[in-house]
Amino acid sequence: MIEFTNWDIVRNLLFATRWTVALSIAAFIGGGAVGFCIMMLRVSRRNWLRRIAAGYIAVFQGTPLLLQLFIVFFGLPMLGLRIEPWTAAVLGLTLFASAFLGEIWRSGVEAIPTGQWDGSAALGLHRLQQFRLVVLPQAFAITRAPTVGFLVQLIKATAVTSIIGFEELLRVSNAINNATFEPFKVYGLVALIFFALCYPLTSYVRVLEKRSADSAI
Amino acid sequence: MDIGIQSDVFVEALSAIGRGASTTLMLIAVTAVAGLVLSTLAAAAKRSVHSWVGAGVTAYVEVIRNTPFLVQLFFIFFGLPALGIRLDPIYAALLAMIMNMTAYTTEIIGAGLDAVPAGQHDAAKALGLKPYIAFGKVILPQALVVIYPALVSQIVIMMLESAVVSQIAVRELTHEADLWQARTFRAFETYFVVALVYLGMSFALRRGMLLFGRRFLSGSIS
Repeated sequence: MIEFTNWDIVRNLLFATRWTVALSIAAFIGGGAVGFCIMMLRVSRRNWLRRIAAGYIAVFQGTPLLLQLFIVFFGLPMLGLRIEPWTAAVLGLTLFASAFLGEIWRSGVEAIPTGQWDGSAALGLHRLQQFRLVVLPQAFAITRAPTVGFLVQLIKATAVTSIIGFEELLRVSNAINNATFEPFKVYGLVALIFFALCYPLTSYVRVLEKRSADSAI
Repeated sequence: MDIGIQSDVFVEALSAIGRGASTTLMLIAVTAVAGLVLSTLAAAAKRSVHSWVGAGVTAYVEVIRNTPFLVQLFFIFFGLPALGIRLDPIYAALLAMIMNMTAYTTEIIGAGLDAVPAGQHDAAKALGLKPYIAFGKVILPQALVVIYPALVSQIVIMMLESAVVSQIAVRELTHEADLWQARTFRAFETYFVVALVYLGMSFALRRGMLLFGRRFLSGSIS
């Protein structure tokens, strides 16, 4: 029987936090890239492309993340790929994040007044240039608060990947709890670490929201 | 191939889905009602009573909103017994869901209360209405109309999030799926079908609640 001191518990949890952070970053980058494509489809001029993107978003926003992870985790081997919890976690969270980010940015693009489109067309910009030079910079600027807000959701969502066996913070804490039988302390510390990761971002969201509310007046 | 056996399996699968789905719906129904009552009280208390009550509500909301639901669930289910409070899985799940829901809806209802113009408070006072009657009859109904769609979204999100309570062996829809796939070794197919069931449930829940709101809440809800 190994004796765990408080320091051992904290140290192991902090080591595991690396994986929570790494997964959050990977899923945010992956989700941002895929979400960008979803957003572009969602504001396409072709009706059927918009429909496909809307369906994609509805599916990922209308099913539990846990089920999405299970489907990826058990579905990958059917495509002949080896199951690694890390791969399944990154892929699952990327798909999940892309739907939410795509929808957030879509709302930003649609909030841009038509005058901006007309004005940039009058300057002789074609549609891609309109997006790149005029619409997207403004759309990203006004959706910064919900985007960071979603990052907080994503960090919390990484805890669910413990269920498919990815060794992030919560899964390691389950193992520590099984060895120490101190669930109150262990899960309390886990909550504290998640809080330390999320609270600064939540506060930043509030600053961004206040800033945009002030500039709107 | 024996059609008889096939249809037996089909009926069995359907009844497992039905059992699980009804437990999931029961969980979210209790959570939604209890969460809305508690968060209305919390949001109102934050705006009227002493500032330390408000600070307490704010701290609670921040703690819940900045930690994962699954961690809250484990803390309640595995952690509370260390303090001598032992809860059945289903009660632990309900407690965790209600606590989580309350934090989010306190923010939503608070935003609704803040959106009611100050003139409405003054007018209610001028009519000589007691504070709680003014709140219940004048302020809250107007706030609800504004925030109803956000409440509906939050209830749907909580219903989807409740899938993780399968981890403490509450026999809701995802747990039925876990049992089914363990028996049949058809994990992908099982979870795929159950995901579709969730999709249908979240669609129906959203539509149903929006229809209900349009019918029973005054004013227009889009």
